[in-house]
Amino acid sequence: MVSLNLLAVICFGYVAFLFAVAFAAERAAAAGRTAWLRSPWVYTLSLSIYCTAWTFYGAVGYAARSGLEFLTIYLGPTLVMVGWWWGLNKLVHIGRTQRITSIADLISSRYGKSSLLAAGVTVLAVVGTTPYIALQLQSVTLSVAAFAQPDPAQPVPADPSATAVWVAVGLAIFTVIFGTRNLDANERHHGVVMAIAVEAVVKLFALLAVGVFVVWGIAGGAGAIVERIQASPELSAWRIDGARWAGLTFLAAAAFLCLPRMFQVMVVELEDERHLRTASWAFPLYVFLISLFVVPIAVVGLEALPAGANPDLFVLTVPLAFGQEGLAFLAFLGGFSAATSMVIVAAIALSTMVSNHIVMPIWLRLTRRGASVSGDVRHVVMLARRLSIAGVVFLGYLYYRLSGGGAALAAIGLIAFAGIAQVLPAMIGGLFWRGATRNGAMAGIAGGFALWLYTLFLPSFGPDVVLPAALMAEGPFGIGWLRPYALFGIEGLDPLIHSVLWSLSINTVLFLAVSLASFPEPLERLQGAQFVSALGTPGGARSWQGGAVQTEDLMVMAQRILGPSEAQALFRREAARQGLGGYLPEASPEFLEVLERELSGSVGAATAHAMLAQMVGGMQVSVQDLLAVADETAQIMEYSARLEAQQEELTRTARQLREANEKLTRLSVQKDAFLSQISHELRTPMTSIRAFSEILREMGKDGPFDPDDQARYASIIHDEAIRLTRLLDDLLDLSVLENGQVSLNIREGTLSDLIDHAVATAAAGEDGPDLRIRRDRGAERLPLVTDLDRLSQVFINLIANARKYCLSEAPQLTIRAGGGGAWITVDFIDNGQGIPREQQDMIFEKFARIGDQEAGGAGLGLAICREIMARLGGTIAYLPGQGGAAFRVRLPARAALAAQ
Amino acid sequence: MSAPRRPVFVSRDAYRSRRLKDAARLLPVLGAALFALPLLWRSEGAATVGTAGTLLFIFVVWAGLILSAFLIARQFESGAADGAEAEPDRAEPPPGAD
Repeated sequence: MVSLNLLAVICFGYVAFLFAVAFAAERAAAAGRTAWLRSPWVYTLSLSIYCTAWTFYGAVGYAARSGLEFLTIYLGPTLVMVGWWWGLNKLVHIGRTQRITSIADLISSRYGKSSLLAAGVTVLAVVGTTPYIALQLQSVTLSVAAFAQPDPAQPVPADPSATAVWVAVGLAIFTVIFGTRNLDANERHHGVVMAIAVEAVVKLFALLAVGVFVVWGIAGGAGAIVERIQASPELSAWRIDGARWAGLTFLAAAAFLCLPRMFQVMVVELEDERHLRTASWAFPLYVFLISLFVVPIAVVGLEALPAGANPDLFVLTVPLAFGQEGLAFLAFLGGFSAATSMVIVAAIALSTMVSNHIVMPIWLRLTRRGASVSGDVRHVVMLARRLSIAGVVFLGYLYYRLSGGGAALAAIGLIAFAGIAQVLPAMIGGLFWRGATRNGAMAGIAGGFALWLYTLFLPSFGPDVVLPAALMAEGPFGIGWLRPYALFGIEGLDPLIHSVLWSLSINTVLFLAVSLASFPEPLERLQGAQFVSALGTPGGARSWQGGAVQTEDLMVMAQRILGPSEAQALFRREAARQGLGGYLPEASPEFLEVLERELSGSVGAATAHAMLAQMVGGMQVSVQDLLAVADETAQIMEYSARLEAQQEELTRTARQLREANEKLTRLSVQKDAFLSQISHELRTPMTSIRAFSEILREMGKDGPFDPDDQARYASIIHDEAIRLTRLLDDLLDLSVLENGQVSLNIREGTLSDLIDHAVATAAAGEDGPDLRIRRDRGAERLPLVTDLDRLSQVFINLIANARKYCLSEAPQLTIRAGGGGAWITVDFIDNGQGIPREQQDMIFEKFARIGDQEAGGAGLGLAICREIMARLGGTIAYLPGQGGAAFRVRLPARAALAAQ
Repeated sequence: MSAPRRPVFVSRDAYRSRRLKDAARLLPVLGAALFALPLLWRSEGAATVGTAGTLLFIFVVWAGLILSAFLIARQFESGAADGAEAEPDRAEPPPGAD
């Protein structure tokens, strides 16, 4: 028999050890040695506060009563953690970026920083958590009693409240000391987290130790325990119940997300979002190990202990019954750890919610100009939080005393789960649906909460405690279909599943319907956009308009909430970011937003928003502001569109300028080339004229005078002079044509006459190979009204070119005329080798000569032709692919028609 | 407002990281289906699986789920997803488009 004194000493020793751990962790964090405090393993272990004393003791009792159903409590969270990519990552990300302090803060922040909603969720959380705290106190009391009671079959001592009082007081002190060290609830409670991580190890180790003892110490191995399970009358009789199996898995998953204490460790205390990856498999592993030996312990307990023994205490009583007192102590410490860690974290989470969402708003309202005038707000907040912790723990104790500790542990746990799960639709909807509104969330939560109270929570005290027995049996005023356990006539369903089904579905329907029907306020829409697209777009719309607020007033307020040094550091940082010296940044919307976020880390989003609104003079965002912002955006977009158009125009102009410049450069090069060509062309005949005139001058001075030579030399000089004249004529001609100074002598005629004339002129005075000319006189019978002399000049040039440059054995020129349509065309096609492709676009340039052909000519002929045709309103072009050199002359036919 | 432009095809790394996210999303669905499987078993008659059998089945599935989650988390750790994490993981509606 263990003495209770020894037990008390062990308890105190253990608590002192926890104090030391928490203290060391705080010291290490203060000194900056946070590497191991911030490991993902500490995070995973801190998540294990999901496994409370209910898990530790109650799961075995649950297994003994209801078979494998206890597993659903762990399968739900396992699926949530394994499926973290579905939304847990988003939740955690929002929690960190928005400096969310609690689940009530999350909901209120999402729905336009609504104080009312935050208060509602807080009330829900307190109501849902109080029985749970009572449960922990009860479990500690029962386990102490189990040591005091030599015979497990006897009922527990009648007045175990002394233990509960001591435990409650001790927990409240621990939580006040380590849970309210820093005001910023969004900062990490290193001491607390470390302590609960240690407790997580202790409870896992204790349960595994008892399990190993049961399986290998008593039953004799894994195979034997399986046989015992099959043989056990209680367990083998268990049949799976589909509704409860699925419903409880879902309920556990929902509670895992919504429980205030889970939110506290999962989101608020998270150091690094990547820790979630590790926890995604490590937390399922933890609960896997926790539940591994539950059934074996239950089976052995059912066999070994007398029939009246409380199965909730098998973890303790089985080792005790087999004389393993050390193991029993370990198990007791495990259960104690499970209970205390849950109470500590739940108290912290609830106190943050109560102080931020209930106490502070009331206080702000009572002291009207509170934020800027009254004393130290930090003091108030801190006091509110400490009192809330004490109050929450006391409420738990009160509930324990009032309920008398009678009901089975697991039942209270599940009822609490169902209560807190009412937050789920508003939370999930808020994270993923832009259309979710505050009214919808309030309607859903209120409806679900009311139904939960009516169908589950109040009836759970038993008939005639809260609800009259007559009401439970007959329904209110005898209306049968309003009976709490058979709402709308659905009977035969398990009360829990019945309540979860009704409350959550009515909750969801109200939430969706009211959301669809209502219109959100501007701030709600801003917050909704930020939450729903949290992982996608960084930053977001602003909720403040900069304005008349004095930064100094803000500073005074911030110092009172954040503390002087923190506030000064913040203001200085912001001032530096705005490029200002000193401590007073401009009250820009950005700055107000940063300040609000910092404040919300201390007092919650709704309170922070309200305080800033008081200071800034109610300059909350309004529809007009939103419209102005939208208008501004539209203006900016229009302006940028205009800029874009201007830029395009500029680019176009620049391109044109560049082209013009290139052309000028080309022209300059061309001009230089022209000049050097001219000089060259003029120089060649000049040289020979000078040389021969010198010979003529010297002739007869030193030798016989040969008249033949004289005549020959004179004729060379004459020829060269003619060539020079012709060149100069051509140049003059070209210059006149290019300058547009030519006057046209428009006359009537026919194409065939013109070609006759040109052929005859070109043939005259030219020697060389005989050029055969093929014509189709019928086609040439086309009337012309144009400058016939100029046109014939073009034809002569083309025919002469063919005569000169066609190197065929039997040179032949085809002249093909074509009329009809708007144009008259005349093609000149020879049967020579044609013009190489790369030179085709050069032949109309001045001084362009093909290859190294020796036949004379300055290379101005085609250039002149082109200019003439341009003057006549037509074109001349090279016609490729005709088997030889081919040119097409085009004339507008209108002139021709006008003549008829 | 036009839909945000998104590339139709992505690089091999980005592709792998997206499929990894798909796997992470599908895992709980698979787990839920397997955990619900005992509901379909015969509860009466001689050929029932029994409590011990159900227990073993669930623990085996559970262990498999933990192992898969571990492998997926390790893939994430090894940086396969780092490159693509900056981009939105699905086409969120642009702000102001509700």
